[in-house]
Amino acid sequence: MSAARPTVRISDDALALACGADGVAAAFAQAGCAVERVSSWGMHWLEPLVEIDGQGFGPVTPADVGAILAGTSAKAIGPIAAHPFLARQQRLTFARAGRTRPLSLDDYAASGGWQGLDRARGMAPADVVAEVTASGLRGRGGAGFPAGIKWAAVAGAVGPRKYIVCNADEGDSGTFADRMLMEGDPFQLLEGMAIAAHAVGAQRGYIYVRSEYPHAVAKLRTAVELAAPLIAPFVVDVRVGAGAYVCGEETSLLNSLEGRRGEVRTKPPLPALSGLFGCPTVVNNVLTLAAVPHILAPGGAEAYAALGLGRSRGTMPVQLAGAVRHGGLCEVPFGISLGELVEEIGGGTLSGRPVKAVQVGGPLGAYIPPAQFDLPFGYEEFAAADALIGHGGIVVLDDSADMGRLARFAMAFCAAESCGKCTPCRIGSTRGVELIDRLRSGAPEADPVAALPQMRNAPKAPRSREADLALLDDLCETMQFGSLCALGGFTPYPVRSALRHWPEDFT
Amino acid sequence: MTEPDLTAILARHHGREGPLLPILHDVQAAFGCVSPEAERAIAAALNLSRAEVHGVVSFYHDFTAAPDPRPVVQLCRAEACQARGVESLVAAAEAAAGNKVRLATVYCLGLCSAGPSARVGDEVHARLDEAALVSLIEAAR
Repeated sequence: MSAARPTVRISDDALALACGADGVAAAFAQAGCAVERVSSWGMHWLEPLVEIDGQGFGPVTPADVGAILAGTSAKAIGPIAAHPFLARQQRLTFARAGRTRPLSLDDYAASGGWQGLDRARGMAPADVVAEVTASGLRGRGGAGFPAGIKWAAVAGAVGPRKYIVCNADEGDSGTFADRMLMEGDPFQLLEGMAIAAHAVGAQRGYIYVRSEYPHAVAKLRTAVELAAPLIAPFVVDVRVGAGAYVCGEETSLLNSLEGRRGEVRTKPPLPALSGLFGCPTVVNNVLTLAAVPHILAPGGAEAYAALGLGRSRGTMPVQLAGAVRHGGLCEVPFGISLGELVEEIGGGTLSGRPVKAVQVGGPLGAYIPPAQFDLPFGYEEFAAADALIGHGGIVVLDDSADMGRLARFAMAFCAAESCGKCTPCRIGSTRGVELIDRLRSGAPEADPVAALPQMRNAPKAPRSREADLALLDDLCETMQFGSLCALGGFTPYPVRSALRHWPEDFT
Repeated sequence: MTEPDLTAILARHHGREGPLLPILHDVQAAFGCVSPEAERAIAAALNLSRAEVHGVVSFYHDFTAAPDPRPVVQLCRAEACQARGVESLVAAAEAAAGNKVRLATVYCLGLCSAGPSARVGDEVHARLDEAALVSLIEAAR
């Protein structure tokens, strides 16, 4: 070992911090090393991951520092960039992950930052919109609406002023790509927003971040300050949510920004025409806006459109979570099969037990059994299988999972987070919990309401299991087609899929 | 003390677009709650009815009507953390918390590949087992 201590790179992403990265960084500093805090590579099972001259070590504790510096550590994983988890990925939105310091304007500019914005500002706004449309980029928040078409609607709308609103209310369990991007590469998001502002003629932007992400809020606020002169005259303000899951829905997010209860608005009018404060507004997810700088770089739109499957173009930052062995961020072109993601890149389950199910797309996503692992990752392909890709989160469950309990949780979650505006969601979710409880208790009791003396026409005998199942199906149908937004409308997905594939868990 | 602080908070957000949530966050942080008196003052400053302000305060999980002096430990109990066994830790966590710590449920801290996870103040903790969670709760009280 030479006398000169090497420079050590350690992530300051919230997940690395939660696994003890600060302690490891302090130990290396104590040993005389220069420590650089960078973004996370997204290999979460290896966090805190330490990088020295391209070589990786992980997961590292302060006790490992001596052996790493002596070159004898058993935590060595070889060259990080060649790691099999990364080798199968194609990183566009997360091209800087692990490689740059999140709040360094120098690092950002040196890695191609601001190229897209510079080029866009030299183009007519309509041409910028046309390039985004040509790239095939679709809304990454879950709905998959073509970004270019939304932008064109805002560009063509008339209003006293226009807004760019970034939806960073990433509430789905199993998703963390927005958080990683905001913490790891905040300037890319700001660049994407500034390009959108130029394209549609907006003066102001808001980033609505959930309060559960304090690290992302702090990084964004600093980044906005640092980048303000570069994105001017466009102005961005960071706003913090207040713990309401439903505010990830775009119209309730707008209400929340305006200082109202986060209740869903009826559509029409579309936010593109009458959004924030009644003005034309682009509402896009973090990943959608962060994909834009790459698309606006020279040749970016064609390169983006060349990747993917069917109408799902480009790459998707998939998030592998739950009981998976190799959890983390996996950006791949659309078209990869679910099985490849879970079994090959994710390495199967943490416990080594068989996979029982995966839930794709957050708490409102369907549970998918391994029998359907040949399903290709794409919006239409998933929709055809009664599932959704949502925000790209995959929660892996091993065979210890109780699908009946998870179905009940889906209804209970909807009941807890419903904004209360529409009846199918507000009341249906509570009735759903009761019904699943009845099914799972196995001993049917007379419905307490039906037993009341004033309910003269109600049957007094306990409902049969078949009748309860039919009622649950009917309730799901009502919620799915009668709710105002995706919260009530998609809660039936996990319930129905669990019931279809694992009926034995409902006894 | 109460009155000058609230006035300062209201002054700080004067003229902002959609100022109510930022104001409520600051009031909650400064006073530990958004009291009925604070609701009245905010309503007057923003030319809203008190009902409108109360409707917003009561809608969001982050705002409370009365202060709770206990330290808070937020435990994530969403699907990804369930898949990693958080439910088997809950009984021990509740026992450790007792009445001294408010053990709150949160749906997702975005650490879904390394659960079970918890948050204390602005610090997050992942890969918790029973012993780690219990010592986290005991350190908080």
